[in-house]
Amino acid sequence: MLNRRTLLAASAATLAAPSIARAQATKISFYYPIAVGGPIPAIFDGYCKEFQAATGIEVAPVYAGNYGETLTKAITAIKGGNGPHLAVLLAAEMHSLQDLDILASLDDVGLDAAGKKWMEGFYPAFLANSKAEGKLWSVPFQRSTSVMYFNKDAFKEAGLDTEKFPRTWAELQAAAVKLTKKDAGGRVTRWGVKMAADVGNAQWTFGGLANQAGHILMNEAGTETYFNHPKAIEALAFWRGLATAGAAPEGVSNWGQLTPDFLEGNAAIIQHTTGNLTNLRTNAKFPFGIAGLPGKEGPRTVVGGGNIYFFKNANPAERAAALKFARFLTEPDRAADWSMKTGYIAVRPEAYETKTLKDYIAGFPAADVARGFLPVAVGELSTFENQKVYAALTNNVQACLNGTKTPAQAMADTQVEADRILKSYKKA
Amino acid sequence: MRRETVQGWLLILPALLLLVAFTHWPAATTIIDSFYTTPKGSRPPRFVGFENYADLMTDPVFWTALRNNAVYALWTIPASVILALVMALAVNTAIPGRALVRMAYFTPTMLPMIAVANIWLFFFTPDYGLFDHVLGFFGGVRHNWLGDRDTALPAMIVVAVWKEAGFFMIFYLAALQAMPPDLKECAALEGSSRWNFFRRVTLPLLMPTTLFVLVNAVINAFRLVDHVVVMTRGGPDNATTLLLYYIYEAGFRFWDQALAATLTVVLLALLGLLAWLQFGVLGKRVHYR
Repeated sequence: MLNRRTLLAASAATLAAPSIARAQATKISFYYPIAVGGPIPAIFDGYCKEFQAATGIEVAPVYAGNYGETLTKAITAIKGGNGPHLAVLLAAEMHSLQDLDILASLDDVGLDAAGKKWMEGFYPAFLANSKAEGKLWSVPFQRSTSVMYFNKDAFKEAGLDTEKFPRTWAELQAAAVKLTKKDAGGRVTRWGVKMAADVGNAQWTFGGLANQAGHILMNEAGTETYFNHPKAIEALAFWRGLATAGAAPEGVSNWGQLTPDFLEGNAAIIQHTTGNLTNLRTNAKFPFGIAGLPGKEGPRTVVGGGNIYFFKNANPAERAAALKFARFLTEPDRAADWSMKTGYIAVRPEAYETKTLKDYIAGFPAADVARGFLPVAVGELSTFENQKVYAALTNNVQACLNGTKTPAQAMADTQVEADRILKSYKKA
Repeated sequence: MRRETVQGWLLILPALLLLVAFTHWPAATTIIDSFYTTPKGSRPPRFVGFENYADLMTDPVFWTALRNNAVYALWTIPASVILALVMALAVNTAIPGRALVRMAYFTPTMLPMIAVANIWLFFFTPDYGLFDHVLGFFGGVRHNWLGDRDTALPAMIVVAVWKEAGFFMIFYLAALQAMPPDLKECAALEGSSRWNFFRRVTLPLLMPTTLFVLVNAVINAFRLVDHVVVMTRGGPDNATTLLLYYIYEAGFRFWDQALAATLTVVLLALLGLLAWLQFGVLGKRVHYR
């Protein structure tokens, strides 16, 4: 009898041992998307190894597709009870994620006084999509602004000044018309400008255009939108006008197609993310320039990209580890490294004080162009039911670009749809 | 007798369990969910009766998706079945390099749809994609195949037919090979023309295969949306949104459980109706040997 009890106790101890060991070595899971070219997974693997060497915390990085797919996977996994502890998701998804009740605010993950000070060290424009209900909900990470890349050879060929990129809409359209080249048969071999209007990207392009007209599309609480506004209509009319002027192709251009189009010389100017800079630098066989977006009167742009979010499903030890990892990723040296390897804007001014980034910019001044436009940047379109509002906007933008709706009609329809979607979020 | 009943039930139990767990139970809960609002964070689902269905009737995207799916089905089903039959007849005759041609016809079926979609994405690229390139030689103009409302859905249909025809061809080919050669000899002796033989003998004998292929084609017309995900994501302006893709969007992009459940019930009812039509009406006219 005694024998048997000892045996039971011993086996119980053996069984329990691995779980104790597991509890001591915290292991966290981290989802990230890839929205730009380049060897992103290798970079993340490197960071995670470094982090483990420094802290003993094991981070399992999971590449989860593009932004939309990563969002879907993270939410599905969390609902299934096996979700990530932190993830890089679109900064603009804050309201929707809050609504799903899966987020842990930075207070919830244990941000102390030192941590609060650290949060103050980010560029204010990048924190625009992090604040709600008086709390912080995400840490800026792979942040960008919308910029224009232009083919300098094409500029020269068209007799344009490569050092003076258009600063107003009128100038941009005039330049794009000149840059559009046709062969003997009248077939266009090079388009002046291309901007993405496919699902997942149309709202970003349009957010930039609205700001260029001096218009913000939503309130900060994310409960109201202002599409049916003369300035929003004007912004869409300008976009559509590029095609009718013959400077841009009819219909919808895809985000993923813009980079090959540009590299092939099929588009002289593309509107893309700063995050694509390193990729273009590696692959372009011609000199190219990078410039801030022009505006109706002067340059205006929109920020974009992903922030690090923390989730409720993590236990206190995992939350602490996740926060530690987020701080590790945004340390000046690493923010500088990330910026150099991808082209994203380093999220903290301190990073630009590091020697490595200073040297890099000295040798490649284009890498510092986008940062200069942060003062004229606004946050992304972000509301509750974000994806539904995006879909409403995208459908109407696409209808307008296809010539089936006038800009005024498209914006009016978007507003009706958005009002319907946000009906239950409006506080009386 | 009782013993046999128990035995019978025990024998079908494993299959039944799987079927209930993965087909009937989810279908039942989906129907129940379609009568509730979407639970969001702290707000639990609320019973709303047929309100979700009423909302669906006023949802323009639903009607667009339904219309798109009807067009998609009306083109892909006959096109892929007829093409499959033609291909099967072609490779059933003695032509040089027959094995090679058969393989070539069957290749699209072996490729995963995602890979197929990515290949076609290149074909459809405006200006320097394969189609525009080839058309360019003949003085063709630029086509934004996937970015234009008028060509996006036809482009999806072409991809689906290309992908499916080879698969259906295999069934037709098997049926043709199983056909006794003496029928042909007999017809030749009677002096029947080839067309007459095909219409009066081959086609009727292929009817069971045709029914099977048709059922599959109908299912695929509602099931095959992978290429939409890769190539257009339902755009431009919902021109390529098919019912199943809309369900996916509602469920996993908008997280609107009520809408997704309601759509699923509608699709289920639609497929049930089609199955009843095919087996009930068409099935009776098929001659089995």
